[in-house]
Amino acid sequence: MPEMDRLDRIEQRLLSEACHWVPPQEVARELETGERHPFDALLREDRIPHIWCPGCGLGTALSCFLSALTQTEFELDKVCVVSGIGCAGRVAGYVRLDSFHTTHGRAIPFATGLKLANPELKVVVFSGDGDLIAIGGNHFIHAARRNLDITVICVNNLNYGMTGGQVAPTTPIAARTSTTPYGNYEPPFNLPYLAAASGAIYVARWTTLHVRQLEHTLIEALGKRGFSFVEVISPCPTLYGRSNRLGSGLDMMRYYREKSIVRHAADPREADLYFGGPILVGTFVNLDRPSYLEFRDWLWRETHYGQRREAVLEKLRPADREGEP
Amino acid sequence: MPEEGTLVGEHFISGDVACAEGAIAAGCRFFAGYPITPATEIAERMAERLPKVGGVFVQMEDEIASMAAILGASWAGVKSMTATSGPGFSLMMENLGLGIMLETPCVVVNVQRAGPSTGLPTLVGQGDMMQARWGSHGVYEIIALSAASPQELFDVTITAFNLSEKYRTPVLIMTDEAVGHMTERVVIPPPEEIRLVSRRRPNVPPDRYWPFAVDEDLVPPMAIAGEGYRFHVTGLTHDERGYPMTVAAAQVRYVQRLIDKIRRNVDDIVIVEEEGTEDAEVIVVSYGISARVSLLPIRQARAEGLKVGLLKLVTVWPFPEKRVRELAGQVRALVVPEINAGQIALEVERCAAGRAATILVPHLGGDIIHPDAILEAIREGARGGTYA
Repeated sequence: MPEMDRLDRIEQRLLSEACHWVPPQEVARELETGERHPFDALLREDRIPHIWCPGCGLGTALSCFLSALTQTEFELDKVCVVSGIGCAGRVAGYVRLDSFHTTHGRAIPFATGLKLANPELKVVVFSGDGDLIAIGGNHFIHAARRNLDITVICVNNLNYGMTGGQVAPTTPIAARTSTTPYGNYEPPFNLPYLAAASGAIYVARWTTLHVRQLEHTLIEALGKRGFSFVEVISPCPTLYGRSNRLGSGLDMMRYYREKSIVRHAADPREADLYFGGPILVGTFVNLDRPSYLEFRDWLWRETHYGQRREAVLEKLRPADREGEP
Repeated sequence: MPEEGTLVGEHFISGDVACAEGAIAAGCRFFAGYPITPATEIAERMAERLPKVGGVFVQMEDEIASMAAILGASWAGVKSMTATSGPGFSLMMENLGLGIMLETPCVVVNVQRAGPSTGLPTLVGQGDMMQARWGSHGVYEIIALSAASPQELFDVTITAFNLSEKYRTPVLIMTDEAVGHMTERVVIPPPEEIRLVSRRRPNVPPDRYWPFAVDEDLVPPMAIAGEGYRFHVTGLTHDERGYPMTVAAAQVRYVQRLIDKIRRNVDDIVIVEEEGTEDAEVIVVSYGISARVSLLPIRQARAEGLKVGLLKLVTVWPFPEKRVRELAGQVRALVVPEINAGQIALEVERCAAGRAATILVPHLGGDIIHPDAILEAIREGARGGTYA
């Protein structure tokens, strides 16, 4: 079967990409007594230990975010992290940045207020799939439509962790959760497709196995002007994993290694997740169109200086959205 | 020379527009909202005016988002407001609680219409008064103001911003469709004559700043995002550092203060207006359009020789308990006209504690209360009648 051969070749490439990463020396070596970890300044040590379970991918996702942040030029005092509710919602409480742990599903509109009231802020929404896509789904699509100048990091563990492993709008068909004891029969959202269709200018997906790629992607996403979206597939061995006999966090890493297919610029429509199926990862969308703030400020300026509205409209003809990375 | 975009002098405008102008005069520079009758004109006015004064208007996808956005904007250091009516007010309740928990100054306007549900979208109601008090879950105190004319709505909007900044809490303006859509003369004073209050800012370096550490006045100084304070705030019950503390003892220690900062300052927060209460035997206790409607029957009753006064509640929550108790000790009856089936009347009756009769003049909305119904209740009260 040629298709299987193709997938095999892609998997081989993935293995070489995902597993041959040598961690930076300053992070990986053991710390001397009293020495500080490079991320200490970015973490609230007084809140450690965190609440996340052994094997959970949230720590990895957070590390990648912090690592990415330190590799950007952003003034850290201007970086805000906004989270909703759930396991991923606790990220805001662990970062030593201006950070907001808001209500369930409402991180994006809260972030909208922050960003629009002070465009100098670099606003990052860090939350989970249930928070951002179920209860907060409406805000998600509208922020993407507006091309609001924020970065949304969605840690997707395929279920509701904080409340004990219930079905989410991301749970694959047939997967067992505490509220789908006979298997899930609701088709899940394909998050990259949802984000892209809603207007996001940057859409990427990695698993928590792909730390290096994720870090690189986050650097890229943070640098975009407009709505950038990064999905991080993360293990939940305590709940989703246990309900579906997927083994430990390490077993999940093996699964990601075996099943992930790196395909940059892939059509996000092909990024559906199936139970036990392949995981399409990579940067799917990376294009430029005027961000909310660019659009608005330009239009306001133009109209306030009395230019003809037609001239403005001509300039604002939809940007070419076919552009690929 | 006033700043560009500043409006002063006499204007013939609606209550909704007066509310928007009051907000701008109060320094509001961020408005997030969603269209809803009869509050839409506030959003429309803000959309037109805010860009001209360096502010931001954003129409959100719903009222949940609007409420969340004004909290975010407030944490970015900008005075913020949203305006809505019953259905949208219901949607705002959860994030109103977040605003209370995070001690976030902002103003929420409810131009009340008749309900429940979609009810009578274009017609007046006052049925959300108890929702204003108790609508968000959990234990808390809230500040809610009311207004009986476009001019009062202008004035009260400035007061609302001042109180929200002073006490670091969301403040509600519970006006109604009749006032919102009424068009009258409104006088906007020059900026130098408007007293404005701004939140206290921290005067300690970031490494010594705790977002919820208080001194004797119970309202902590507020850092804003992007200034290097690197603070964390959460809707979970939290300690002075803003860190979650999810145990019973923390409720007592930290949530009690949120209640106390309002309760211990009621004398500063409560505003009432009185007319002819000194020698009154019957007092009409009312708010919003119903207080205004009461003026005619009060005049008629006085013409009949009855001693009637008016207690107009500008502050509705916290309830002006002390004054109502005092007045209940000197009169035969307290008449409470309101466009609902009895909400503020319950508070009046509680404070009267049997020393004076409480006579509710209920009305389910759609139009204002007929003055004759109030006149009849006044006569009933003067005769020594009891709760209707």
